[in-house]
Amino acid sequence: MTYLNEFFFGIYPYIAGGVFLIGSVVRFDYQPYSWRSGSSQMLRKKNMVLASNLFHVGVLLLFFGHFFGLLTPKEVYHAFGLSASTKQALAMAAGGVFGVLCFIGMTMLVVRRLTDARVRAAGSGMDTFILLLLYVQLILGLLSIPVSAGHMDGSVMMQLATWAQMTVTFQAGAAAHVADVHWLYKMHIFLGLTMFLLFPFSRLVHIWSAPIWYLARSYQIVRRRA
Amino acid sequence: MSHFVDRLTFFKKNLENFSGDHGVVTNESRAWEDGYRKRWQHDKIVRSTHGTNCTGSCSWKVYVKGGIVTWETQQTDYPRTRPDLPNHEPRGCQRGASYSWYLYSGNRLKYPMVRGRLLRLWREARKSAGPVEAWKAIVENPEKARSYKSVRGLGGFVRSSWDEVNEIVAAANIYTAKTYGPDRVIGFSPIPAMSMVSYAAGSRYLSLMGGVCMSFYDWYCDLPPASPMIWGEQTDVPESADWYNSNFIIMWGSNVPQTRTPDAHFMTEVRYKGAKTVVVCPDYSEASKFADIWLHPQQGTDAALAMAMGHVIFKEFHLGERKSQYFEDYCRQYSDMPMLVRLVKEGDRLVPERFLRAADFADGLGQANNPDWKTLAYDEVTGELTLPNGSVGFRWGEKGKWNIEERDARDGREIKMRLSLLDSKDDVAEVAFPYFGHIPHEHFKNTGHDEILRRNVPVKKLALKDGEVLVATVFDLMAANYGIDRGLGGDVAKSFEDDVPYTPAWQERITGVKAADVITVARQFAENADRTRGRSMVIIGAAMNHWYHMDMNYRGIINMLVMCGCVGQSGGGWAHYVGQEKLRPQTGWTALAFALDWNRPPRHMNSTSFFYAHTSQWRHEKLSVKEILSPTVDPAKWSGSLIDYNVRSERMGWLPSAPQLQTNPLQVVRDAAAAGKDPVAYAVENLKNGNLRMSCEDPDNPLNFPRNMFVWRSNLLGSSGKGHEYFLKYLLGTQHGVQGKDLGETGGEKPEEVVWHDKGAEGKLDLLVTLDFRMSTTCLYSDIVLPTATWYEKNDLNTSDMHPFIHPLSQAVDPAWEARSDWEIYKGIARSFSALAVGHLGVEKELVLTPTLHDTPTELAQPLDVRDWKKGECEPVPGKTMPSMAVVERDYPNLYKRFTSLGPLMTKVGNGGKGIAWNTDEEVKNLGDLNRVVTEDGPTKGLPRIETDIEAAEVVLMLAPETNGHVAVKAWKALSEATGRDHTHLALHREDEKIRYRDVQAQPRKIISSPTWSGLESEKVSYNAGYTNVHELIPWRTLTGRQQFYQDHKWMRGFGEGFCVYRPPINTKTISPIIGKKGNGNPEVVLNFITPHQKWGIHSTYSDNLLMLTLSRGGPIIWMSEKDAAKAGIEDNDWIECYNLNGAIAARAVVSQRVNEGMCLMYHAQEKLVNTPGSEVTGFRGGIHNSVTRACPKPTHMIGGYAQQSYGFNYYGTVGSNRDEFVIIRKMKKVDWLEGRLKETFGTEAAE
Repeated sequence: MTYLNEFFFGIYPYIAGGVFLIGSVVRFDYQPYSWRSGSSQMLRKKNMVLASNLFHVGVLLLFFGHFFGLLTPKEVYHAFGLSASTKQALAMAAGGVFGVLCFIGMTMLVVRRLTDARVRAAGSGMDTFILLLLYVQLILGLLSIPVSAGHMDGSVMMQLATWAQMTVTFQAGAAAHVADVHWLYKMHIFLGLTMFLLFPFSRLVHIWSAPIWYLARSYQIVRRRA
Repeated sequence: MSHFVDRLTFFKKNLENFSGDHGVVTNESRAWEDGYRKRWQHDKIVRSTHGTNCTGSCSWKVYVKGGIVTWETQQTDYPRTRPDLPNHEPRGCQRGASYSWYLYSGNRLKYPMVRGRLLRLWREARKSAGPVEAWKAIVENPEKARSYKSVRGLGGFVRSSWDEVNEIVAAANIYTAKTYGPDRVIGFSPIPAMSMVSYAAGSRYLSLMGGVCMSFYDWYCDLPPASPMIWGEQTDVPESADWYNSNFIIMWGSNVPQTRTPDAHFMTEVRYKGAKTVVVCPDYSEASKFADIWLHPQQGTDAALAMAMGHVIFKEFHLGERKSQYFEDYCRQYSDMPMLVRLVKEGDRLVPERFLRAADFADGLGQANNPDWKTLAYDEVTGELTLPNGSVGFRWGEKGKWNIEERDARDGREIKMRLSLLDSKDDVAEVAFPYFGHIPHEHFKNTGHDEILRRNVPVKKLALKDGEVLVATVFDLMAANYGIDRGLGGDVAKSFEDDVPYTPAWQERITGVKAADVITVARQFAENADRTRGRSMVIIGAAMNHWYHMDMNYRGIINMLVMCGCVGQSGGGWAHYVGQEKLRPQTGWTALAFALDWNRPPRHMNSTSFFYAHTSQWRHEKLSVKEILSPTVDPAKWSGSLIDYNVRSERMGWLPSAPQLQTNPLQVVRDAAAAGKDPVAYAVENLKNGNLRMSCEDPDNPLNFPRNMFVWRSNLLGSSGKGHEYFLKYLLGTQHGVQGKDLGETGGEKPEEVVWHDKGAEGKLDLLVTLDFRMSTTCLYSDIVLPTATWYEKNDLNTSDMHPFIHPLSQAVDPAWEARSDWEIYKGIARSFSALAVGHLGVEKELVLTPTLHDTPTELAQPLDVRDWKKGECEPVPGKTMPSMAVVERDYPNLYKRFTSLGPLMTKVGNGGKGIAWNTDEEVKNLGDLNRVVTEDGPTKGLPRIETDIEAAEVVLMLAPETNGHVAVKAWKALSEATGRDHTHLALHREDEKIRYRDVQAQPRKIISSPTWSGLESEKVSYNAGYTNVHELIPWRTLTGRQQFYQDHKWMRGFGEGFCVYRPPINTKTISPIIGKKGNGNPEVVLNFITPHQKWGIHSTYSDNLLMLTLSRGGPIIWMSEKDAAKAGIEDNDWIECYNLNGAIAARAVVSQRVNEGMCLMYHAQEKLVNTPGSEVTGFRGGIHNSVTRACPKPTHMIGGYAQQSYGFNYYGTVGSNRDEFVIIRKMKKVDWLEGRLKETFGTEAAE
């Protein structure tokens, strides 16, 4: 049991992270034509604006929520007067709201992908798999809200944050911090890491290239003559 | 560094801003863009083309990257032609642009494959026997033979090796030649112009063996028999650039933008220039929308429309107030209008008989040479009879008078032939003309006119050696046939509104086209031709030629063109584009292809008659000869069924035969030697006394079966095989969908000349070998499938009638997997054949039969009457009253050596074509220098080598006048001797040019003018058919030497087609015995079945190409009108079934307002490879478009030994028409994909 815990939460994160980074570099450099979001919007527009926007808004905010929630050192938010238990309540509320938005959007997308013959025929098996993986991950996340409600003191959240911060700062013994959390959290972490692992092999690569700077870029971009 | 990392340098990529913050200067790396640049980079570009029968002949750039063909784009470097013409680019279409898909697709054939059961039998037999003995043991055991034949088309191929397949094929060929005769080995390959060397590979192998090469142009029904009838010319047409010289174009049944895509730009350009375009087409085709006027007659009634236009033109422009001097002069000199025709009594009626000949006069008019073949006219100057130059009698046996100068041949004085005898008549006679428009047909309208039209004609009386005879000119007879009032009384039309055949008002009742529109178009067409000296043109596709009475459609239109002086004039004439029939370097190629350098004559066969007999379609014939006879003849004198006419034709030496004699031709020579007789004399004697029989008299006798068959460059069973299901049943002996019963079962009229067996023979072929690069329908039905090089993997030559260039197919990459080029494949088979022949076949002699041939002296075989030696009406004389016979020596153990070297006959006999011959010593020497000579000891030592496909191409290019200026000059010189006029100026300026293979690889090259063709390749005019006839006064190769409105052969008259008439479609009788008997509960509708060319594929290629399938509907489709669909409760995209007595098709419906009521369209060559479910009618998989058709030959196409109506390979003969067919269409109840295991009806074992 200890070994498995060590493997999944001590070693697997580095495997997943390594594949994620190296895989992205390799794919971008060697298979540039495959670098795309693989949108199927053209094939069926019905409800797509609603479903896609609900999903993307939800998932983006969930992503950034996790990012800040897990990686912000406790000293930083304590300095702002935010206690661990308040932070947990905030996380559960925000996660719940955006999780539900995301869930509605995603349910529509899953139904669409599984039932529309054109969309299914045009997409790959990986497209369906990634979507279902995200869906399961989202459901696990939502299910963790009632579990968290059982311990509103923020202690489990602290354990998870410690694990995350030690992992990204390459400190040994991170896995031990999550050894005794509820299996639901463990599953959620495992699937989350798996998403990083699969990232370079799927349409998720479009996240790298989301053209957000278009929102703020100058009208004209030029280069100097070499 | 990595592009990925480059993209992440967010913080230092912006150097400075400018224009406020509107602009930014960056040092952002753009190296990532190279990824997109490399997408279009390649290692090399190779020039090649597509060897498909689409007539496009477009030059393409083939891109190769890392040893893989990646894509192709259109070449744009055609030589410029004339300054006033738009250039030829772009040439190419979506079909060609998607071709590279095939090279690496799942459908590519990668290895030699053999039918599993056959291979198992073979390996078993080979354990204890030699190859030939092993083959014998398999095919002579009925159970073993049945076991593999009965599963043809049902899968079960296994991989083999080249050594093994070569051995099987060679053993089968040797066994067959030895046991039954080499003429039981058959080869079918079409359209040599699309890849000449590949064609020649197989035909050279067959010709060295004594096998049979099958025709294709007639079988495809692309050959318009009207062309050889009128011009003595297979098909010769203007290049597409000549459209630009026209001022008035009728697109008649030709969908130019869809099927002539690479040429369509000339149509657009000439419309911008101001030309008027009229489209005649029953459906609203792509071409229709470009028309200034769109006429839509009911399908199959075009002849009525053309006759009415002819009526208007003749009446107004030849006789009436708009009379054109140009038309009159043209017709006098270039048509048979002034020629005299005898009028004789048939029963109690006077009818036009044959042309008056010099031989009709007691003294033969002083003509010792061929007086039977010289026609006469009246001279307007002297009022006397005149014997003009140029008739076919002057072509053979004398020199210098075979031209169409307006001179009397006897003294050379100038003449002006009289067109009409109206002003100098002796009398007016009532002449009977046949009328067919009264024949009732369930689906076509008829008129109530009498079957005999009585019309008054001005005549002269002549005292001939057999008494006084009335004569009339073709001009006067034509006017009478058209029903034009000439003030002589009788039942003729006073105005266009009269309901008399063939007025515009009359045609409206049949075609549905408004009379006023017909008058408008006819007038404008003629008026333009008059003002521009013939710049009115008619572009025709295959459509109208696929009707049983296609000759009438074509002759009706050609009459208009000749009457208006359009033929042979720039921007004018008859532009019939179907099938890439123009093999420009033809005379260079025939030597290579038919091994004329080693043996002459080769064995050729007309495929329509062959398949009609050997797929037993004749056993199901429902058209009686009586239905198509002229009402002016006595039916009692015209007994027999259609196959009887074909047998008589073969016996009289008109059409060829294959197999030829019931006895092995090797044995015939041996028997003659044993009897101490000359083989020819021996054969004649024994044919007469009945000891020898011709194979055609008993096609169901196993001795007369075609035993081995090669198919290459073709998809015979997925595309052109009319009567597909009969092929499956009788020739192959496998699952089939034939629904009808044969004549024995229905008690129909049985043939007189053919032995009737109650049980038709099934599974005649012992071995079917197909060479292809993809698993086509034909491959699926074969016993052995050989993977051949694609069009980007071999070296070859390509020409077309659409443009004047010759250009190559080139090997861009090596043939993938184990594929080999056709040349290498046949070389391999030849090598095995030579090795295995030892001990079975040595140096052998055999008897070869050839019919009397067009463009040879035997075209003058039977001048005045038709006589059958078998019935004792005349003596059997080879080359005169029966086929020519020749003893040919084969050297079987040296067949491979002969295959790979240029034989001695090229220097011994020389080369030639179309009736002229020249010496080739110098060219053979040059070829020896170029290809080097054979150094190995043996019978071929010292002869030029032909080892590779490029060397074979060089043989063609060196020997042909079109690609070798010296030869062109020699050829024109040879023709000059016959005509007595100097033609060498047409080639002298290019005498030193020699086009080589590497030249055409560098750029398409302009062909050199040669007398093989009737147009010029010149810097001054576009290629236009008949141009040298009109401008060089070279006669047309017809009886009269002129364009013939009148066809005077006895059979032409017997079948009512002396003059052009309207004939309604025939009744194929394939609906009534089956309708209502195979119901599935859904309503049914009966529609005319039309098979035009499609947008997504041409012929055999592309019906399985994924890219094209994606653009279309991904499988077989049938178009029908909204009204008919509503009647049958069919909605767009429903699965429908289409069936009749011949078989059944399963397809999806396309319901469109484009289609007119009463007909459906199934695009040609949709195979049953992709998305084809089972048929409810047959219980088997739905068929191809030819599953509901059956070939039905026409006796007038069997005529031979009669000037232009003499046989020529792909030149004349029966044609496979199919448009008179009707089908029953209904929605399918259950779509069954038949994915279970095969329930075998023949044996016990399931298919592997």
